Amino acid sequence: MKIPEIDLYLIAPEIILAAFGFLVLLLDVFLPNKGRKSYLGMVTLIGIVLAFLYTLPQIGLVKSGFAGMYISDGFALFFKITFLIIAFLTVLISMGYTQREGIAFGEYYALILFATLGMMLMASGSHLITIFLGLETMSISIYVLVGLMREDKRSVEAALKYFLLGAFATGFLLYGIALIYGATGSLYLKDIATYIASKSLLRNPMLLMSLVFLTIGFGFKIASVPFHMWTPDVYEGAPTSITAFMATGVKAAGFSALIRVFFSALPAFRPDWTSIMWVICVATMTLGNIAAISQTNIKRMLAYSSIAHAGYILVAFVAGNDLGTSGILFYLMAYAFMNLGAFTCVILLGKKGEENTLITDYAGIGFKYPLLAVSMTIFLLSMAGIPPLSGFMAKFYVFSAAVKEKFYWLAILGVLNSAVSVYYYLRVTVLMYFRESEREITGLQFSPASVIALILAVIGTLYMGIFPANVLSFAQRSIAGLM
Amino acid sequence: MWVVPTIPPALYLMLSGVLFTIGVIGALTRRNAIVVFMCIELMLNAVNLTFVTLSHFLQSLDGVIFAFFVMAVAAAEAAVGLAIFVMIYRSRETINVDDINILKW
Repeated sequence: MKIPEIDLYLIAPEIILAAFGFLVLLLDVFLPNKGRKSYLGMVTLIGIVLAFLYTLPQIGLVKSGFAGMYISDGFALFFKITFLIIAFLTVLISMGYTQREGIAFGEYYALILFATLGMMLMASGSHLITIFLGLETMSISIYVLVGLMREDKRSVEAALKYFLLGAFATGFLLYGIALIYGATGSLYLKDIATYIASKSLLRNPMLLMSLVFLTIGFGFKIASVPFHMWTPDVYEGAPTSITAFMATGVKAAGFSALIRVFFSALPAFRPDWTSIMWVICVATMTLGNIAAISQTNIKRMLAYSSIAHAGYILVAFVAGNDLGTSGILFYLMAYAFMNLGAFTCVILLGKKGEENTLITDYAGIGFKYPLLAVSMTIFLLSMAGIPPLSGFMAKFYVFSAAVKEKFYWLAILGVLNSAVSVYYYLRVTVLMYFRESEREITGLQFSPASVIALILAVIGTLYMGIFPANVLSFAQRSIAGLM
Repeated sequence: MWVVPTIPPALYLMLSGVLFTIGVIGALTRRNAIVVFMCIELMLNAVNLTFVTLSHFLQSLDGVIFAFFVMAVAAAEAAVGLAIFVMIYRSRETINVDDINILKW
C-alpha cells in the first residue's frame, strides 16, 4: 500500500492558525493576570497575519494533497483571504469590546482562530469528510462563542438555540452525505461527478433525496428561508463582535461549501437544484427585507438584513454562470467589510451595562459623534446598494449574472427587494441626522483597535465600490477550474 | 448448528431511515432540551448505521471511517451542548425549550 504524499506547506496557513490557537490558550494560563488580555489579542493578530502571509504565495497554484482530500485552488484561496480579513477585523473590534463586557478570556481568541481554521478547511475540502470536519470545527467553536457572556440571559439563550438547530441541521447534512455515498460509492467530489455522469443517475431517488438534505444542511448555515428562524434570535443574543463574525464569516464559509459541493460534485443536477433554489432565493430576499422593516433593535434589523443578503447571493447561485460565481466571491468580500463595519459602529455606540442597540438610540448621533455617524451611513448605504459603494457593485454583478442567464424575474424581484431595503437602512440614517436625541448618550469610550477596524472597513467599502475591477478580476481568476 | 440468516442490506437502510425519522420527529416535538438533544444524537446514529451498511455493501472503507468521524464530532458536540444546558439551567432553572423565550420579536 502506498502512503499518500504529505505536503505540509499546502496547509501551512491552517497549521499556523491551529498553533496560535493553542499558543493563546497556553499564554492565557501562564502569563500573569495583569494586562495579559491585550497581549492575547495582539498574539492572535500576529497569527492571522502570518497565516495570511503563507496564503498569499499560493495564489495562482492549483495543488491538491493528502490523497486528494484537500485542494488549494483559486476558489479556496479567495475564500481563505476573505476569512482571514474577517478574522483580523473581528479580533480588532473584539479587543475593546471583550474588556468592556468582561469576556476577555483567552478562549475567546483561541475559538475565533479555530473557527477560522474550520472555515478554511470547508473552502479547501475536496472530499466530503474534510468539508464536514471543517464545518463542525467552525460550528462547535461558534456555539461556545455565542454563549460566552454567561451572565447575560440572552447570550445563553442564543447559544442554546443555535446549538440545537445547528446540530439538527448537521444531522440532515450527514444523511445527505450518506445517501450520496450510497448512490455513488465515493466521497471525493470529483469522483461523485464522474460517476453520476457516466451512469446517468439523474432520476436516482437516493441522489434526489440527498440533494434535498444537503440543501437543508447548508441552508441552515447560510440562513436561507425557511431555515432562517434561528438567525435573528442568535444574532441579537450573541456578543456583538461574534454576531459580526457569524454574519460575515459563517455565511461566507457556508456558501463556499455549498458552491463547492453543488458545482463540483452535483453539476448534473443543475436543473433540479435551480428550481429549488429559485424559490428559496426569492423567499429569502423577500422575507428578510420585509421582516427587517418592522424591527426596533439594530442587531435584529441587521440580522434580517443579513438574511436578505443571503438571498441576493443566492440569485447568483441560481444563475450559476462564471459571472455569477465570481459575483458571489466579490459579494461576500464586500459584505464582510460593510457588515463588520456596521457592527463595529453598533459596538462603539454602547458602553458597559448599556448596549444602546435600539434604533431610536441612534437619534442625534450625527451631531455628537460625526465620524461614527458618517461611517455608519457609508456602511448602511453600501448595504442598501447605493453607488459608488461596494454593495452597489456587488449587487450589480449578482443581478447581471441572473439577467445573462435569462432569469429576468429573479433579477426584477431582486432589484425590487433592494429598493424595499433602502427604507430601513435610510431610516437609521435619517434618525442619526434629522432627529434630536431624546436621551443623552455620553461617556462612550472608543478603543483604538476598534477605530482602526472601522477605518479599514470604510477603506474596504469605498475601494471595492470605486475600483471594483481589481477584486473582480481576482475573483474571476479564482473560479477558473471550479466547474 | 444454528446459521445466522443473512439480512438484506435494504432492511438496514430502512431501519436507519426509520431511526432518523424518529429522531427528527422527536427533536421537533419534545420540549425538554436534553431529550431534543438525545433525538439529534439518534439522527446522527441513524446516519452512522447508514454509513456502515453502505460501506459493507459497497466493499469500501470510506463509510466506516466517516462513521468514526461522526462519532468524534458527536462527542465534541455533546460536551459543548451539555455545558450550554447547565448554563441555561443556572440562569433560568428550567431547560424546557418553551420557556426559553426572551428573544423573539
